[in-house]
Amino acid sequence: MIGLEHFLFVAAVLFVIGLYGVLTKRNVTAILMSMELMLNAVNINLIAFSRFITPEAMTGQVFAIFTITIAAAELAVGLALVFRIYHDRNTVDAEQLNRMRW
Amino acid sequence: MFSQYAVQHAWLIPLLPFVAFVVIGFFLRRCPRAAAGLAIGMSLASFLLALGVGYGVFGGGITVEQPWIQKVPWLDIAGIFVSMGVYLDPLTAMMLMVVSLVSLLVQVYSTGYMEGDDGFARFFAFLSLFAASMLGLVLAVNFVQLYVFWELVGLCSYLLIGFYFDRISAREAAKKAFMTTRIGDFGLLLGILLLQVVFGTVDFQQLAGILPLYVQAGGMGLLTIAAMLIFMGPLSKSGQFPLHVWLPDAMEGPTPVSALIHAATMVVAGVYLVARVFFLFSLLPNVMEVIAWIGAVTACFAALVALSQTDSKRILAYSTISQLGYMMLALGVGSVTASMFHLMTHAFFKAALFLGAGAIMHGLHGQTDIFAMGGLRRRLPVTFAVMTISVLAISGIPPFAGFFSKDEILAAAAHVSAPLYGMAVLTALLTAFYMGRLLFVAFFGQEKQGNIPHEAGPAMCFSMIVLSVLAVVSGAAGYMSHFGEWVRFGPALHEELNLGIAAFSTFVSLLGLGAAWLVYGRRSVSPDQLALKLGFFYTLSYNKFYIDEFYGWLNRTFVYGIGKILYWLDIKGVDGLVNGLAWSVGHLGDDLRRFQTGQLQQYGVVIFTAIMLIAAWVVFSSPIFVAVLQRGAY
Repeated sequence: MIGLEHFLFVAAVLFVIGLYGVLTKRNVTAILMSMELMLNAVNINLIAFSRFITPEAMTGQVFAIFTITIAAAELAVGLALVFRIYHDRNTVDAEQLNRMRW
Repeated sequence: MFSQYAVQHAWLIPLLPFVAFVVIGFFLRRCPRAAAGLAIGMSLASFLLALGVGYGVFGGGITVEQPWIQKVPWLDIAGIFVSMGVYLDPLTAMMLMVVSLVSLLVQVYSTGYMEGDDGFARFFAFLSLFAASMLGLVLAVNFVQLYVFWELVGLCSYLLIGFYFDRISAREAAKKAFMTTRIGDFGLLLGILLLQVVFGTVDFQQLAGILPLYVQAGGMGLLTIAAMLIFMGPLSKSGQFPLHVWLPDAMEGPTPVSALIHAATMVVAGVYLVARVFFLFSLLPNVMEVIAWIGAVTACFAALVALSQTDSKRILAYSTISQLGYMMLALGVGSVTASMFHLMTHAFFKAALFLGAGAIMHGLHGQTDIFAMGGLRRRLPVTFAVMTISVLAISGIPPFAGFFSKDEILAAAAHVSAPLYGMAVLTALLTAFYMGRLLFVAFFGQEKQGNIPHEAGPAMCFSMIVLSVLAVVSGAAGYMSHFGEWVRFGPALHEELNLGIAAFSTFVSLLGLGAAWLVYGRRSVSPDQLALKLGFFYTLSYNKFYIDEFYGWLNRTFVYGIGKILYWLDIKGVDGLVNGLAWSVGHLGDDLRRFQTGQLQQYGVVIFTAIMLIAAWVVFSSPIFVAVLQRGAY
């Protein structure tokens, strides 16, 4: 029997993988992709909680839809930024994009 | 009628010159003749009023015990009540007449002396302000009113010493006068505040009633302190040793100012103050003794310095200090009568002397060195006559004014203490000698080449003649009209001339004049030889006993020394603290900004770590979560 714990466990694993990617990947595009993983982990959590704790209300599902929408918009803006940065600096290496420092 | 009107409107006496000051200051700066006319007119009016007051007081039964007092509330706040008003008794009436008369005569004289000066109108404005302040001071009903006018006359003195402000020496002299008197004025202020704190009033009449009871109750200590503090005011204002140093330098001002302010009126404000609050000083024998000794030392010391000075105005300045010492001595030995009598006669003959010196300067294009003069008696007959009369008066030759007043002081001093009397007699001898020297050197002997003096104009001669007439008659008139029965403190003093003392002092004065004649008139003894023989003493006297140098040394050593220490403390301590704080904040910021690396992922690590920690803290500490975890159910 698959219970809430399994869903949460999968979500946690997904979240941590995403976090690892965000904190370690050099390529900004890869960082954006890792962030999508983290968002999806959150979506799984929302739906799992909704399904197991308040099955009669659809709050979690609705929130997940919102998250997906906003993630899409965010990704569009993010990719546009990456595109411009590449155009300007000829690199998308996060380590070299450090001009806003002391 | 008029005298009653004058007594009831005595407040007009200081107000009239003040009006002149304001009008001249605001409207008549460019109209010298109108300014002089207004100032003299107002002075004349206030002199006539003062005469009326004098008549009303001496004829109307106003005595020292029953003064005429008018008051209006001026300052009324919690804990202190001060009024402004008019305090009329014979002492005040005498001062009013002397001050307004000398002020009037000096202003008339100034129309000739200051003719063509750029600051002519300004000069008359300041003279009017001075007259107003001095008359207000004389009329004061309490310490605070007195203090206000006291500072005002100090201000006028400062303004008039520095009248030729384009000269550095005048500016320096003005500053010196202001600062030196400031020392004493501060003491005076503290004394007044102490009286207010202890007795809750500064009113003369109330204090005169309270103080004897207070002393009877055995509380002398605090009163002695208050009296000594108050005496610091007269000490500096009346040029008493050791705060006399400003007065000789004050001669940088125009000569009429020297005559009016630094000889006849303002400098006697200190003497007047002591006489006015004699109800305080007379209770304290110790303080009286201090006053007497300071007076005697001042008189003797200044006379010694005057012996060797060569500048005519400086000789007169030291002579003024010496005579002020006489007045203090008289107060110290308890004789207000003698002191005030000498104050009056001195005002006349010293003003005449200064105006005479001014007339010489006027005739000789500002020459003040007496050894550059000589034989002036033929060219300046009026000035010569005036100076001779005044010299005889100040030397105490009968029947001139100084004889009577000086005799009273000598008699009072002899009554109290032999050493004080001895010093007073020695001073009389020295006074006669140096005044004789001034007269013989300047007016006798050979005329100097290139000196073509011209006699002063009618305005100047008029003032000098009036003053010299007063220098002749004021003593005898005062003696005849029983001055001591009116101006006194306590019971009337014995009025009789003490024949022994009078004869001896006359003999001493003649001796001094005779010696001066031998040395400087007939030149039987060469003055240069004399100076050589007395080498050490002559140098000491010529350099004014190095008092100025001593103060300079004191200033350099202590004031600058303390200044250096405080400077170091300020730079190292205060500034060090502030600068150190700023420096450490700056460096802290410099170190902390290194954390802004610009590495997104480092920021990410920090943010997530922080969130984890916060989440862990919230989860493990919140009772709800704890309960949820313990139950193991959702």
